[in-house]
Amino acid sequence: MDASLFSSMLFATVVAGTPLIIVALGLLVNEKAGVLNLGAEGMMAMGAVAAFAVTHQSGSPWLGVLAGMGAGMAMALLFGVLTLTLMANQVASGLALAIFGVGLAAFVGKPFEAVALQAVPPIRIPFIADIPLIGEALYNQQALVYFSWALFWGLLWFLYRSRAGLVLRAVGESPASAHAIGYPVIRIRYLAVLFGGAMAGIGGAFLSVFYTPMWAEGMVAGRGWIALALVVFATWRPLRVMVGAYLFGGVMITQLFIQGSGLQIDFPSQLLSSLPYWATIVVLVAISRNAGTIRLNSPMSLGKPYRPDA
Amino acid sequence: MLELEARAEPSRLMSLLSPLLAVTLMLAGGLLVFAALGKDPAEGFRIFFLNPVRDLYAVSELLLKATPLMLCAIGLAIGFRANVWNIGAEGQFMLGAVAATGVALYFDGSESGLLLPAMIVAGALGGAAWAAIPALLRTRFNANEILVSLMLVYVAQLFVSWLVFGPWKDPDGFNFPQTRMFGEAALMPMVLEGTRLHLGFVIALAVLVAGYAFMNRSYAGFRMRVAGEAPDAARYAGFSANRMIWVGLLLGGAAAGLAGMGEVAGPMGQLTDKVGSGYGFAAIIVAFVGRLNAFGILLASLLMALLYIGGEQAQQYLNLPSSISMVFQGMLLFFLLGSDVFIHYRLRLRRRAAQVR
Repeated sequence: MDASLFSSMLFATVVAGTPLIIVALGLLVNEKAGVLNLGAEGMMAMGAVAAFAVTHQSGSPWLGVLAGMGAGMAMALLFGVLTLTLMANQVASGLALAIFGVGLAAFVGKPFEAVALQAVPPIRIPFIADIPLIGEALYNQQALVYFSWALFWGLLWFLYRSRAGLVLRAVGESPASAHAIGYPVIRIRYLAVLFGGAMAGIGGAFLSVFYTPMWAEGMVAGRGWIALALVVFATWRPLRVMVGAYLFGGVMITQLFIQGSGLQIDFPSQLLSSLPYWATIVVLVAISRNAGTIRLNSPMSLGKPYRPDA
Repeated sequence: MLELEARAEPSRLMSLLSPLLAVTLMLAGGLLVFAALGKDPAEGFRIFFLNPVRDLYAVSELLLKATPLMLCAIGLAIGFRANVWNIGAEGQFMLGAVAATGVALYFDGSESGLLLPAMIVAGALGGAAWAAIPALLRTRFNANEILVSLMLVYVAQLFVSWLVFGPWKDPDGFNFPQTRMFGEAALMPMVLEGTRLHLGFVIALAVLVAGYAFMNRSYAGFRMRVAGEAPDAARYAGFSANRMIWVGLLLGGAAAGLAGMGEVAGPMGQLTDKVGSGYGFAAIIVAFVGRLNAFGILLASLLMALLYIGGEQAQQYLNLPSSISMVFQGMLLFFLLGSDVFIHYRLRLRRRAAQVR
């Protein structure tokens, strides 16, 4: 493989992995607080369409990202009211959010289907972008790529080095104990759910404003679900989320490069496109095979409603 | 101040009333949506909710639409009752359609009366085979069936488009992504003269009855209900969890596959890349709104079919995107999940502490 091909594949892999990182890290916080929100796909779709619409109207991609974040949070709030205040089943409510979000996004996005946005130029970090081979691929990137790295470091600090992170984890492991010590379990869970929604919205915004500057129904294409799967693969650890997301990015990109390379491979493109989904299943199987690992690492109260008595 | 207070026992009355409450809220929400979109709410209501039942033909179209929904939903409900979360009915639906199409194309030109039954069997087996993948991975490797069954939806969609763009493309079809039209013997007979309502509807009703018998009258169904409602009791009684996963997924897959077969051998008459039209996902809503029981599912599938057709009507007469039906369907499920709180809790007026002397 020559250097320029390597560089462009690395670049594309990082770009493809970025929305997965942002969304999966948001879900990780969500799940660390003991709340399982399966609605990521719907929140991403709403984030994507809101970001696209606002960017298209205002001309500013940053307002778009904010709008995407807001839309994701609004969806997450809906989920929070159902599951945290009204004690509805988290699995059912998450599925509802996924179906509803995708549908609502298709509905409000209809007028924007035929329009395109201007591509947002990448931000070049001086000096380190000159590193041969990898500099151009890693440090001449979209702002949200840098954001995903900051989010990762920030979360590592928050979850494992800050008091607030400790409380969050306590709420996910044993809400009753956290409540007994006097922490507002429901309020903390609301914040975690809203954070998850915000990140899903930004992930969606990345897709529609930066990745492919356009809106099409179904453009999220299962990335919300893949992000949910990533959190399981990563056994709820941020570093493994990063690695997993780039692996997936790599699978998606390799598949595209093979299709675009004009190599005479006698393999239908549709079947090649299903590779990332198969890869998700294979990795899920590899990680879940050992039931103990999952049980040890998943937050104890994940998916279980908690209602403080009085 | 209002506050929620746990009931001593779940209210049976509320579990019946809550779907009605949800429907009422959805209708009210619908009026607001129409008003917000600048349409006359009364006109919107008439077109969306009344047009689909205005005459016999319209009703037959409604029943046609409800057919795949009730089939998929009854299959899913059996699994959901045992906490087996198969959400890939959409993929199983497509694989059922593919298997049935395979039989129809292989015996193209045959006039045998056995062709249609063979397609029905193939459809059910195709759906069940696709559902067997998450069942196997869950029971053998503990892989989450929600994620696996969902991933397989995307795989199924790509597989279908490969077939209709590639090996199964109709050579005389002007390059459209579709197979050749099925012969007469491979099509479902009509049950109502002058409409498109076909035998699949009758089959779906029969499957509903069978589903009811399985869940409420058989020992296997009883075990599944126990596993869902009291997992510890089920484990103590020695019910095999793996067997329930297999039964839940295979039955769900078979029913969805049957629904897929009914679409290609019914209204479509061929396989196209548009075969999966979201019935498998909508069926999740149907199953919940129908309270996971057969009679409820019958009513819920009619309601959801109404929302689908209402969306098409709104597109035609109100110039709104037909995806408005998905908005209504989502609202319905949200309102239901919200109303369900009253099954386990009741509202109580609580006085401020200061007012109590």
